[in-house]
Amino acid sequence: MSVLVYTENWDGKFKKLSFELVSYASAVAKMLNTSVTALSIGNVGDDELKKLGNYGAQKILSAHNDQLAVLDNQAYTSVIAEIAGKENASVVIISNNNTGKALAPRLSVRLKAGVGSGVSKLPLSTDPFTVYKRAYSGNAFAHVVIKSGIKILTLAQNSFDLLETPNNAVLEKAEVKVDASFIKTKVKDVNKQTGKILLTDADIVVSGGRGMKSPDNWGPLVELADALGAATACSRPVSDEGWRTHEEHTGQTGKIIAPNLYIAVGISGATQHLAGVSSSKYIVAINTDKDAPIFEAAQYGIVGDAMKILPQLVMALKEIKK
Amino acid sequence: MKILVCISNVPDTTTKIKIAEGNASIDTAGIQWVINPWDELSLTRALELRDDQSTGIKSVTVAHVGPAISEPTIRKALAIGADDAIRVNAESADAYFVAEQLAEAIKKEQFDIIMCGIESSDYNGSVVGGMVAEFLGIPSVSAASAINFEGGVPVITRDIDGGKEIINVPVPFVAIVQKGIAKEPRIAAMRGIMMARTKPIKTLEPVAIEPLTQIVSFEKPAPRSACKFVDAANPGQLIDLLRNEAKVI
Repeated sequence: MSVLVYTENWDGKFKKLSFELVSYASAVAKMLNTSVTALSIGNVGDDELKKLGNYGAQKILSAHNDQLAVLDNQAYTSVIAEIAGKENASVVIISNNNTGKALAPRLSVRLKAGVGSGVSKLPLSTDPFTVYKRAYSGNAFAHVVIKSGIKILTLAQNSFDLLETPNNAVLEKAEVKVDASFIKTKVKDVNKQTGKILLTDADIVVSGGRGMKSPDNWGPLVELADALGAATACSRPVSDEGWRTHEEHTGQTGKIIAPNLYIAVGISGATQHLAGVSSSKYIVAINTDKDAPIFEAAQYGIVGDAMKILPQLVMALKEIKK
Repeated sequence: MKILVCISNVPDTTTKIKIAEGNASIDTAGIQWVINPWDELSLTRALELRDDQSTGIKSVTVAHVGPAISEPTIRKALAIGADDAIRVNAESADAYFVAEQLAEAIKKEQFDIIMCGIESSDYNGSVVGGMVAEFLGIPSVSAASAINFEGGVPVITRDIDGGKEIINVPVPFVAIVQKGIAKEPRIAAMRGIMMARTKPIKTLEPVAIEPLTQIVSFEKPAPRSACKFVDAANPGQLIDLLRNEAKVI
């Protein structure tokens, strides 16, 4: 028996998300009294792979094959399912990011394994195997029993702290056969954001709503984000109006994020918006309307004009850095 | 070509969710049921593609797994513009159960593109679309934010962490769609509502399959502590609180 964790890489590097996953897998393995195997697919150097051992992976398998350069959901599912079988995995852990959402359901059918999706804490019990997950877009949490022999868990981003352990990992190459004719996904073009902090990765997010009044008013908000090393986001009306790009829309139908700090500026806090940000550890609200529902979700608030407040926050931060 | 759009019905997204006695379910009294927001966007895009003659798409069918009581949701999809519908007559037991029912219904007909919303706003599972594709053994494209046709061939944009990929996969495939796929959900016009009354809904009986998961209870999110207000005349105090009290910056 083992816990298998799939650790995605980005251009050969792991992110904090990958280490969160291994830390989580390691804590689950402890509950089950078993060990963790981490699986990496793609071209990742040995030094980078070994980092997974710092968070509790005892075995690190690297599957590298030219056919796997593109994420083809069927091919990746086959590789992970094959390794899960060889490792006799009873739990398979994947991120609840875009890749995880693409692979976990296919793997579920392939392995006949129930999925606990978007889990944000350790299983509540292992017999019956019960997980805790978000439901009704954050308006409730569900206790879900997974009845199948193999279980798949997809972990919500930024929901589990890194746990460093002494590294005693063994690195192995996983031999996987993938026939070129099997790959159905053909990538015509790639369009990557560069140099920006990704919204889903960010520890701090500064977000603007309709209360910002005009797309021309975003300067001070971006300055605050830069001063904090934060990503920028926006509410749905702002992206619908085309003031900011759709990639920044956080909320029920946009991105669902859980940063350590979410600063909502000129956002009233409709249920649909809160559905995307309610898992943030701290919420700060800046709004002219003292009765705005966002203040019910926030731990810190300022009632006032963002155009005056934002520059003063930037100044206060600069003072500290001196 | 034919498109199938899978739809789920969910409580209206402004609903205050209450948990029923015994915590095993939510209190459905007074809940307004709507088409899941992502499914509604997915249906809108399917109809746009059908209405564009150059795509060669002839029809849009909607499929739903649910008891007769959920028919108003299906009628709404027909009123918006779907040509016909399939309802699998079963209470949803879990995502695996629903996906298998959908896959069995799909096998009975020939569809080229099957569209599923990336998530339902009730169970937030994000798994049904991918499961349907695996049950059918066909490709899936997840986090699709655009579907267009170039020279009669579907071209899909999928979101990856930190960017987008423009890809081709052969039909039939499952597109698991998200925000961006359509601008605004299409709204039913009076004529559409009248026409929907006579559009066919085919009812299928479910296949026997054991669900793999079961929700045993619900709980409300832990209440947040009251908001601490900082005087607008001294915003710098906020930075101090975030540094020294919350310790997040």
